[in-house]
Amino acid sequence: MPMRVELNVNGASHAVEVEPRMSLLDCLRERLFLNGAHAGCEHGVCGACTVLIDGAPMRSCLMFAVQADGYAITTIEGLSPGPGELSPVQDAFCETHGMQCGYCTPAMILAAHALLAGNPAPTRAEIVEAISGNICRCTGYAQIVEAIALAAERMRGVNRPEGADASAQAGQA
Amino acid sequence: MKPAAFEYARPASLEEACALLAQSDDARIIAGGQTLVPLMAMRLARPRLLIDIARIGALAFIRREGDMVAIGATTRQCLLERDPIIRSDLPLLAKVMPFIGHAPTRARGTVGGSLANADPAAEIALVAVTLGASLSYRDGDATAEIAAGDFFIGPMMTALPATACLTAARFPIWREARIGTGFHEVNARQSDFAFAAAAAQLALDADGICRRAAIGVGAVTMVPLRLAAVADALLGTRCEAAQVRDAVTSALAGIEPMADLHASAAYRRRAAVSLAVRAITDAYEAARDANAC
Repeated sequence: MPMRVELNVNGASHAVEVEPRMSLLDCLRERLFLNGAHAGCEHGVCGACTVLIDGAPMRSCLMFAVQADGYAITTIEGLSPGPGELSPVQDAFCETHGMQCGYCTPAMILAAHALLAGNPAPTRAEIVEAISGNICRCTGYAQIVEAIALAAERMRGVNRPEGADASAQAGQA
Repeated sequence: MKPAAFEYARPASLEEACALLAQSDDARIIAGGQTLVPLMAMRLARPRLLIDIARIGALAFIRREGDMVAIGATTRQCLLERDPIIRSDLPLLAKVMPFIGHAPTRARGTVGGSLANADPAAEIALVAVTLGASLSYRDGDATAEIAAGDFFIGPMMTALPATACLTAARFPIWREARIGTGFHEVNARQSDFAFAAAAAQLALDADGICRRAAIGVGAVTMVPLRLAAVADALLGTRCEAAQVRDAVTSALAGIEPMADLHASAAYRRRAAVSLAVRAITDAYEAARDANAC
């Protein structure tokens, strides 16, 4: 029997009627037309369906839409700061060519966002660990790791006056 | 990869959940769903009713209770990774956490779900059996406890009555000054299912003599195995290499390992021996070098 559920996705509230067996992934794609969450294996292995639930990356194929009310759900569509703009992580993925076919990309970017939100200066090992649940079948991992490192570096530099590092060093000396 | 149709209920309390469970045929408890939902997607599980206990606050906790650490069934695995009680009082459980799925599944997966779904490769189940944890459940109005060693009866099969809901797991705290742990597993990637895993926790006295030992292997047979004979053989010794290898080899000689596409029975037995020896060696060295205070 269909059930009514209210989902908070990318800051907006959506009331939908869904069969209990509809995954959050299918609900996002088919009801809310947020097609950035990709359907890969649909049983929790590939990570293509990753979304952020209250800021933490989770599998939207392993959660039913009826379970998802009351959480802040973020999809790739919710990351860009404005129409036609890219987040620093998205931008870095473009710049380092951190994508090939693009199928795993939204999930990789969301995983990276969650990592950088809690850890502005991750080591390579931490970056690798953060995307270990996401499979890239083009095997383009090297550029993906590079992209996340570049985004981290840029985000650390935001709002810092040019030459701030140099003057801080001079101050210490 | 779409589950069969089911009804969904989200009771507000454990009592209500148990009442629903008692009334319905073919009902399953769901919390994190990280084991159950893949089974449903592959239609290996087709419950007619899902009873969601994920938001019952009374089932989510980590606390000391005398000589035990009690962990509520719906406690998310990711919370164990950074919990100070787990780190200080259950070092073996702390050590296996990074091997359980990956961050996105640990963010939603629960401790009770890992135990109740009884995947033979589950690390929490292995630690529960190795350390001799006690599992509590509620069945109707009654509550009961069962030893982890008696709980697992086969792959995805437990002794939990069909009308019961797992509520908590209690792991014993070792109070000895010198404790060491070891854990090793073989898998395709750290986040994948283990083909074989071994866990060890040892307590040594001031002279470096083993006074207490808990050893287990997982993903090898259909349920996690506690190797009591190995633990007994190590007591009173310094866990010399030859002795450890002999004890482990003879303990695993009579087991019936699983076989699948990834690992044959012979491979699993051989890997289990090596991993158990390594886990014991690590545990011994860590305990020996522990700062006894």
